[in-house]
Amino acid sequence: MLAQAREFFAARGVLEVETPLLSRGVVVDRHLEPPICSYSPSADAEGESLYLQTSPEAAMKRLLAAGMGSIYQVSHAFRGGERGRLHNPEFTLIEWYRPGLDHHELMDEVGALLAKLLPRRCRPGSWEKLSYRQLFRDRLGIDPLQCEVGELGQVAESLGVEVHGDFPWKDKDAWLDLLLSTRLQEDLGVDHPVFIYDYPASQAALARLCPDEPRLAERFELYIGGVELCNGYHELLDAAEQRARFEAANEQRREDGHRPLALDEKLLQALESGLPECSGVALGFDRVVMLSCGAQSIDEVLAFPFEEV
Amino acid sequence: MATTYGTSDFRKGLRVEFDGDPYLVVESEFRKPGKGSAIYTLKVKNLLNGRVLEKTFRSGDSIAGADCHDQKMQYIFNDSREWHFMDPDSYEQYGVSKDQLGDLWKFLVEEMICDVTFYNGNPITVTPPNHVELEVEYCEPGAKGNTATNVTKPAKVQTGAEIQVPIFIKIGDVLKVDTRTGEYIERVHR
Repeated sequence: MLAQAREFFAARGVLEVETPLLSRGVVVDRHLEPPICSYSPSADAEGESLYLQTSPEAAMKRLLAAGMGSIYQVSHAFRGGERGRLHNPEFTLIEWYRPGLDHHELMDEVGALLAKLLPRRCRPGSWEKLSYRQLFRDRLGIDPLQCEVGELGQVAESLGVEVHGDFPWKDKDAWLDLLLSTRLQEDLGVDHPVFIYDYPASQAALARLCPDEPRLAERFELYIGGVELCNGYHELLDAAEQRARFEAANEQRREDGHRPLALDEKLLQALESGLPECSGVALGFDRVVMLSCGAQSIDEVLAFPFEEV
Repeated sequence: MATTYGTSDFRKGLRVEFDGDPYLVVESEFRKPGKGSAIYTLKVKNLLNGRVLEKTFRSGDSIAGADCHDQKMQYIFNDSREWHFMDPDSYEQYGVSKDQLGDLWKFLVEEMICDVTFYNGNPITVTPPNHVELEVEYCEPGAKGNTATNVTKPAKVQTGAEIQVPIFIKIGDVLKVDTRTGEYIERVHR
């Protein structure tokens, strides 16, 4: 399947690159934990703490800013604490960037790749695009932009979600994530692939805001058979805005009681020097393999799951 | 004393407490949108009445462990309402009702050593060994020439239970059965 993916990119003139797994700064995300490893230049020297990347995004954007054009990478990524039926703390991503494409054009390219990798689950052109707002309106009858935290709690309760104890769920995005992952996701992409696009700006991460609706960000995800397969952005180019988002994410991390992370200054410098207009996406390759062979757990498609390393 | 479990400790088989009742975790699922917050859902079974609930947690949450302990005990007899177990050291006897046992009565053979779970001093559930050997008391003879391996027939074993077995099994054969699934594994040659 990797060979098929490489063929796909070669035919489209997308260059394969390799970037380091280790870094001194990261893309700061409230909910992503990069593992930290200790690098010692000699056996008895004190180690320097380096991060294992949660995705190759920062390094690839530095290449884009340097003028590499369209690039892709097959890379391992690391996310602390993520272990479950669809999660292993070390996993494989196919990540790619396309200067000149917007997020809708990139969604179509993701669809075309999956038509090649998963011909039985994704027929050419069969994918549906549904906005995040429309998804919540259609399936739950609420507008994720307008509704209050209390309403989301009531919707969850009416759907039989029993939230444990007195955890103060004041966070609207936490409720939206809860509803999406426990009540909506399973039905997404069962008959045909479904792209969800234009997420609330509070979940923008590294996506630009919609020019005509700043409450939304140009971000998308793809679901097939209830499995989230990718996350993509029409990329944010503004270095100051990106720095402000990283700092806000660190502020939230402190409030959550999590350690703040070092910002990837080299990425911010690259944005300052100028990133071309582009869209980028990361596709969870292990999950694509799972769908291809009907595996129920990611463990079935890994040589050695986390507990066995 | 009772422990506390954080979301990273969540796994199948934990015994936890909600609203003063002991529960067994029968399913633990981690869900997380790529860029969103992690959700943990536990399917838990009430160890007193068998009711199953689904509970949702966020990372950082914790739950109290149930103050349960397991004790090795010998199954001695049943009066078809209660199955009786004896502590092999103290000879103390405890009865476990058929409701509490569920389907497990099918696998209990006299003198078998089982784990009996106590909650607040009372026995609430029994865990037999994963594999038990049961003798076939009655089954229909297999049709001659039918050698297909996926065809099964019912066989009545010494505990009175019916187990689905392959067609070649005869009266008097000893079966190895998985008590977690209730399924036949193989014929044992004694």
